[in-house]
Order: sequence, then C-alpha cells, then structure tokens
Amino acid sequence: MSERIIEYRDALCEAMSEEMRDDKKVFLLGEEVAQYNGAYKISKGMLDEFGPRRVIDTPISESGFSGMAIGAAMRGLRPIVEFMSWSFSLVAADPILNNAAKMLYMSGGQFGCPIVFRGNDGAGGQLGSTHSWCVESLYANVPGLKMAIPYDAYDAKGMLKTAIRDDNPVFFLESERLLSTTGHVPVEEYTVPFGQALVRRQGTDCTIISFGRPLHFCQEAAEELAKEGIACEIIDGRTIRPLDIDTMVASVRKTNTCVVVDQSWSFASVGSEIASQIHRYCFDDLDNFVHRVHSDDVPTPYASNLEQAYLPNTRKICEAVRAATYNS
Amino acid sequence: MVGVKTTTSMDKTETEQNVASTELPHVQLEKSPMPESGILLGWLRQMLLIREFEVRTMQAYQNRLIGGFCHVYIGQEAVAVGSIAAVNPDDPVVLAYRCHGHALARGMDPKHCMAEMFGRIGGCAKGKGGSMHMFDAPHHLYGGHGIVGAQTPLGTGLAFATKYEDEVLQDGKSSHVTLCYLGDGAINQGAFYEAMNLAGLYDLPVIFVLENNRYSMGTAIERGTTMANELHTKSEAHGINHAIVDGKDVVSMYQSFKSIADWCREESRPFFVEAQTYRYKGHSMSDPRKYRTREEETREEELDCIDRLEKLLCDEHGLTRDGIKQMSRQVKTQVREAVEWAKKSPETPMDELYKDVYVDHWGLFTGTSKPQMMQGEDE
Ligand SMILES: Cc1ncc(C[n+]2csc(CCOP(=O)(O)OP(=O)(O)O)c2C)c(N)n1
Ligand SMILES: [Mg+2]
Repeated sequence: MSERIIEYRDALCEAMSEEMRDDKKVFLLGEEVAQYNGAYKISKGMLDEFGPRRVIDTPISESGFSGMAIGAAMRGLRPIVEFMSWSFSLVAADPILNNAAKMLYMSGGQFGCPIVFRGNDGAGGQLGSTHSWCVESLYANVPGLKMAIPYDAYDAKGMLKTAIRDDNPVFFLESERLLSTTGHVPVEEYTVPFGQALVRRQGTDCTIISFGRPLHFCQEAAEELAKEGIACEIIDGRTIRPLDIDTMVASVRKTNTCVVVDQSWSFASVGSEIASQIHRYCFDDLDNFVHRVHSDDVPTPYASNLEQAYLPNTRKICEAVRAATYNS
Repeated sequence: MVGVKTTTSMDKTETEQNVASTELPHVQLEKSPMPESGILLGWLRQMLLIREFEVRTMQAYQNRLIGGFCHVYIGQEAVAVGSIAAVNPDDPVVLAYRCHGHALARGMDPKHCMAEMFGRIGGCAKGKGGSMHMFDAPHHLYGGHGIVGAQTPLGTGLAFATKYEDEVLQDGKSSHVTLCYLGDGAINQGAFYEAMNLAGLYDLPVIFVLENNRYSMGTAIERGTTMANELHTKSEAHGINHAIVDGKDVVSMYQSFKSIADWCREESRPFFVEAQTYRYKGHSMSDPRKYRTREEETREEELDCIDRLEKLLCDEHGLTRDGIKQMSRQVKTQVREAVEWAKKSPETPMDELYKDVYVDHWGLFTGTSKPQMMQGEDE
C-alpha cells in the first residue's frame, strides 16, 4: 500500500464521495454542507461534484430534516445526515431514537433504516454547556442503532464507508478536535469492520480502554507511565454498538488491571457498562476493581480553567492507572 | 380573539413597510409619539456603547482572552435598544446567543458582560456560561441561549408566568409583556411554531421579535425558508398579529414597539414583529463571508443605525459633532475600563465547577453562590 498522509476531515470527505460515486442512493444533507462546503469543511467540493440534488443544504430544522431522511431511508435510500454538532441532535432526539432505531423492530422487519447520522461530538473547547455534549452514553442505551467513534484518519475513512454500507442506522461520532489531525490513508479501497477493537499500544501492566479523542490523552499517559515502569496496553474500542468486549477481556486477562476512559458523564455510561462487563468476565483475573475516568458530574463549564479540570485528561488517567495498579 | 388581516406583498404599501403600523380588524396601532431629545441621546449612547463593546470583544477574541463561539451584534444595535426601551424594566427578556447587545441595552454593566466572556468570577454567570449565555436576574434577562430556536418556547413560558402571577397569584389583570428575540434562521425550528401556537392558544403576552438580518450562518434567508418575503404568514397561521419594522432606525423601532407592547399588555395577546436589519460582521469569529458580496455589505452599512440617529439629533435636536465626539470618548473610556476590570477579575475558582448543579447542598455539591454583580461587591 502506498504511503499517503491526509487530514481526518479529508478522509471523511473521501469516504462519502467514494460511496456516493458507487451508489446513487447515497446522498448528504445538513446545515451548510453544500454551498458553504460544510461548517467544518468536511464536505468541501462535494456540491461541485454531485450537485444540489445529492448534496443538500437544510434549514436549521434538525427534527424535520432528520425525520425526512429517515422517511427516505424507509424506502431504501441511504442518507448521510450531518449534524453540525451532535449537541444539536438533541433537537432531533425523537426521530433518531424512536424512528430510526426502532423502525425495523416495530414493523416486524419490514422497514429498515439504512442511514448515517454524523457530526462533531464532545467538547470543542470553551463551547459551554449546551454545545459540548458527549452523546455516546446517552444514545448507546438505545437498542437498534450502531455507534462508531473513529480516532484517526485511517479509521475515519474506513469506518465511515462501513457505516454508509450498513443497513442499520449508524451514529457516527467525530470530534472537532481531531478533524485537522493527519494520518496514513491508503489510496487503495478499504473498509474497517464494526465490532473489532484495536490494540493501539501493547503493554503488560494495565489495560486502558477508550474511544475517540480521549485516546490521545491515554497515549500521553502511557508514555508518562512507561517512565515509571508501568506498561499500559491501550485499546481503542472503535465501535460502542457493537462492542468488542472479547478483545478487551483478553487484554485484561493478561494485565489483570483495567482503566476505562470515557469522556461522557459517569452515571449510567459507556464506561460503567464496560466496567460492569469486565467485572463479570474477568472476575477471577482482576487484581483491583476497574477504575474509570470521565468528565466530572456537572454541566460543561465555559471558563477555560474549569473546563480543563472537568474533562478527562492525561493527569487523571495517570492517577487512575497508578491507583488501579497499586502504584500510588 | 383578535383576528389577523391577511396581507400579501402586493397590498403591502410603502407606509406599512416604513411606518410599521399594523392593521388589525379591531385595533389600528398608531406609532407612539417621538420621544424628547434626552431620551434620544440616551439611545445614541447605548448604541455607541454596544458597538464599541463589540469592537473590543473582537479584539479580545483575537488576543485569546475569549474562547469558544462568539457572535457580535454590530449593525443590529437599534433592534435591541429601540425595543427594550419600549418595555418596562421588569418585563422579561429572552433571546439567542448573539446576546451582548441586549444585555447592555437591558442595563447589564459592561464589565460583568466582558468578564463573563473572559471566563472570570466577575462575569454575570461567574464565567460558567460564556459569550452565548448572558443571564441577568436583576434586569429580568432570562438568558442568551445557544440551541437555535430553544429560547422561543421559553419566551412563551415567561409570558405564561407573568400572566399567571398577575392573574392567579395577584388576583389582578395581566400587566407584563415578554420580549423574545430570534434570528431568521430560528424560524425554521419546529419549536418556534409550537411556541407560537401555545402563545396564541393561551393568550400570552409575548412579542416574538424576529431579527431578520437575512442570513443564518452562510444561508441567505430565501435559501432556508419558504415565504421569505412574507414572514408574517408564519404568525398569521397561529392567529398572531404582526408588524414589520425598520430595524436600522431606533426611533421607528421604539415607536412601533411602544404601541405594540402596550397593546399586548392591555389585551394579553402575543405579537410577531419582523425587524429588518443586517449583521455587518461574520456569523462568528471565523467566517470569511463568502456567501455575500462586499457591495451588498457597503450598501447595508450606508443605512447605519448610529449614523441615522446622529443625523437626526444634529439636524433637529441641536446636537453638535463635538457633542457626538465627546460621547464617543466617554463610551470608549467606559468600555476600556470594562476590559481592564474584566482582565483583573480573578479566574473562576475551582470549587465553582461543582457549584450550581443543584440548589440544595447534596453530597459533593456545595450549593450556589451569587455572581458578583448581585453581591454589591463590584470593585
Ligand atoms: C439546533 C441548532 N442547530 C444548529 C446550530 C448552529 N448554529 C448556530 S447559530 C446558527 C445560525 C442561526 O442564524 P439566525 O437564527 O439567523 O441568527 P443570527 O446568527 O443571524 O443572529 C446555526 C446554524 C445551533 N446552535 N443550534
Ligand atoms: Mg440571521
């Protein structure tokens, strides 16, 4: 495979464009996606290539255009709905959770919903309480949807292609903070399957499990802890539904300790679910209970110092690993 | 219930556009009289203050004293100043994220507004809200709100509350009116239609003030909205009367709003006002404005609200150019002092992270503390 370094945002654009070239049923809609080239320039050039019937600017009507896309998906079209931010998806909570996720079940298997909802998730940096949502824990509770969180450019492209080809509704959570990061993305066609976690760093002393942007802090923490003689194994879960618990369990059986890093709030969260499963499947292997790092249990503050303290960060992860491994 | 006269663009006359008189079957609203010079001077000062404040806001953003999303109000000052002048200080006000101008027009001290954006303890929300969320309880300002359209049901709810308080708790007559602002982009949110229907249904005294600056981010209004030139049809569908006002003329704004607000108060009914205006700057701090021409911007800026009031005051009220200069200088000093004050205000202390989550003391949470602006410890 030839070496090619591109931005995460361009990887997303390539995935959408390639799938749209291959399948005329695929189209993109959302606020500012066409003429403005995307609020975050992810759909840059797509209006020029595909025209206004397939790259569609919507008004600020999340509930309406999500529902509209779901209706279209019921007839077998394959919409990609861009939320400028997942924070704004809350306005569309009813269609995306009630209609998209449950359509197949409610119709006894008659009507599916091959749709992708995608956009920025998580704190973008001083965006305040309403614009900093981490929706993963909120939405992961709902059966019938898939949820993917790509960490690097390679996964962004490969996982988005998988999402678009999936016949189920996929909630695809990107991060504004990752859009400009670069990584190797081959020219050749590839996809990244759902339900396969990735071991991003090998180690023997502690398993750190995370998704998306916090993986950056996990890696920083692992570097720092290595200097103290603690070898961390980092697992990027990649998809939350389906969850590759097997890879996580295998790692914890080796390291006997586990820290879960989840940027959403701790109560009834992805982190608590994973911890619960690890406790169950690794009951006899664990040297300590599973430690967790989350955002603090308060709304996201605006002030920079408070926001820094609130979010999962390298320091908190290091502390959790030290505590889990009895090194504190 | 008051019915609504159906107007079409064809029978909308010159006068109706400019004078903003609203024809209703049962009531013909006259513009309220021109206020005296002193009041006009006060408005000029407020508009100059908002503009200077926003210029310094942009500078501070560039200097990284402000973070996150930040939206300035330059060009639209007459809307907030003229409409807020027309209601009572205890009438509720609620709006979206482009909220610094309304906060200042409502009487918030600029230093608390600036400190909020700097994320400091001296901010109106102790630095926890940020640029999009100006809240000021003493001035009955129920916040800037970040989710487009979210404030519109709140506006309906504030009007519900004042009516309930006046009628049920006080056993009197409904006597307040709520100002609820929204952008031209927000009229496409379903919440707004529900808010209007409820206001119409329950006879709630709320004025929905549509600040039509013709763009929501990069989307020109006609690209996002049906009937973009006849937005009043949206309120008519809910039995709500409407008016169109020149939002770049503070006098006209005031005169129209005064009679509309009085009518809403008297009748306990909602109203929909389209204030036609223009935002001079980008949507937020990172917007190259490729979706519109520089010619259009220049044309719009020629009808500047501040210039127009200055001219009126000079031509008809004996204000001199020197007088204007002096006022500008005073305003510049006031804003400079606000910036300095905000810079000196300490970073919000860490324990604030856990405060204000619940009203009661509970476990980790340590209750609430008043913002400085409500403690009388401003210096
Ligand atoms: C529900 C929701 N969707 C999208 C956004 C992103 N957004 C913020 S402001 C804005 C444009 C709103 O324009 P308008 O209502 O005309 O107000 P203006 O900015 O002109 O004051 C958009 C799309 C948001 N904040 N909330
Ligand atoms: Mg607008």
